[in-house]
Amino acid sequence: MNAELIFGVLLAGLILALASYVILGRNRFATTVGFVAYGLVLSLGWMVLAAPDVALTEAALGSGVTGALLLAACHKLRNDHARPSGPFLKLIAMILCGVLTAALIAVVLNLPEPPPSLAETAMEPLKSTGLGNPVTATLMAYRALDTMLEKVVLLLSLVAVWSLAPDRCWGGRPAFGYAAERGGPLLFLARVLIPSGVVVGIYLFWVGADAPGGAFAGGAVISAMAILGFWAGVSQPPAVSSLSLRGILVIGIVVFLVVGYCGYLWNSSFLSYPEAFAKPIIVVIEVAMTASIAATLAMLVAGPPGTSLRR
Amino acid sequence: MTALLSIVSISLGCLFFLAGSVGLLRFPDTLTRLHALTKADNLGLGLIMVGLLPHVAWPFGVFKLVLVWVLVLISSAAVSQLVGRRVRGERKE
Repeated sequence: MNAELIFGVLLAGLILALASYVILGRNRFATTVGFVAYGLVLSLGWMVLAAPDVALTEAALGSGVTGALLLAACHKLRNDHARPSGPFLKLIAMILCGVLTAALIAVVLNLPEPPPSLAETAMEPLKSTGLGNPVTATLMAYRALDTMLEKVVLLLSLVAVWSLAPDRCWGGRPAFGYAAERGGPLLFLARVLIPSGVVVGIYLFWVGADAPGGAFAGGAVISAMAILGFWAGVSQPPAVSSLSLRGILVIGIVVFLVVGYCGYLWNSSFLSYPEAFAKPIIVVIEVAMTASIAATLAMLVAGPPGTSLRR
Repeated sequence: MTALLSIVSISLGCLFFLAGSVGLLRFPDTLTRLHALTKADNLGLGLIMVGLLPHVAWPFGVFKLVLVWVLVLISSAAVSQLVGRRVRGERKE
């Protein structure tokens, strides 16, 4: 047995153990922390599988932003002692998960050796995009429509969160602030971490053209900095009726659609890029998307508006 | 020579991580656990970073590694302060 295999087995065991803890644990807060740890270990697993892009996204979104969302939900539910779901529901969930796991195991075990791959054929036309990172190139060329629709889904989830606001609060700021004490270490952290964190976020987005990174990872880091700012009290979440906020939220989709329809002028098909300008156009789309993703994620964590505009 | 330095440094770093984890599991209350965790993790991560320095590209790789360590130092220090204050506040009640 080689060292790599032992490490892989240990890592898989750790992932399974953490996943079971998250499912079986009784304490809401402890299982949320377990979920964050699970996401981080899972991203280590993706690194072992040589998929750094997936690992970055898992760490930033699956663990970071989702963890922040769950912690915020935990805090809101702290006085809620709903009874756990009944045995019937648990049984159905167990059967469905079991069937899915069995199907996945069957697929993996029955893969032909060597597994069929279209990677070579797919990589050839991507050279014309001028991007060095095949993952970004695939997302922006082959899967451009999916990438755009992902942003629409993200925006829809924010609309769903905002629709939870009571009528009298509509248009106001999210009542986000569960830092019991302002100032002190939290303020220090905000002042030191936010400037460097924003630079890291922009770097992650920029380097995504040629190396692991990209709009989602960069946007997630920037949104984390915004959340830290709200939390430490150095800035307030903008009112949901603010036009500039709404502009940033939709700019990614707007730019994508404009470029998409311009595709009819150049190549007479939706979302086709003119050969000579493929890379600059993709960079413009990605800048707009990073801004939209960062704003959407930060406002998702900030939650529905809880204070009215006129107090 | 650099290989030896890396091995020694990374092994020491892992030892600190191990000690920190044992402390986290064995110490009796939150403040002592924090003490074990922050001291060991900061030093452990620092030593592992030093061990990896000879293997990354100068200057940006080195800069990135040091930056990671400094950011972790800052955030773990601030977070431990927050946790510690919370514990002290609860005790007074």
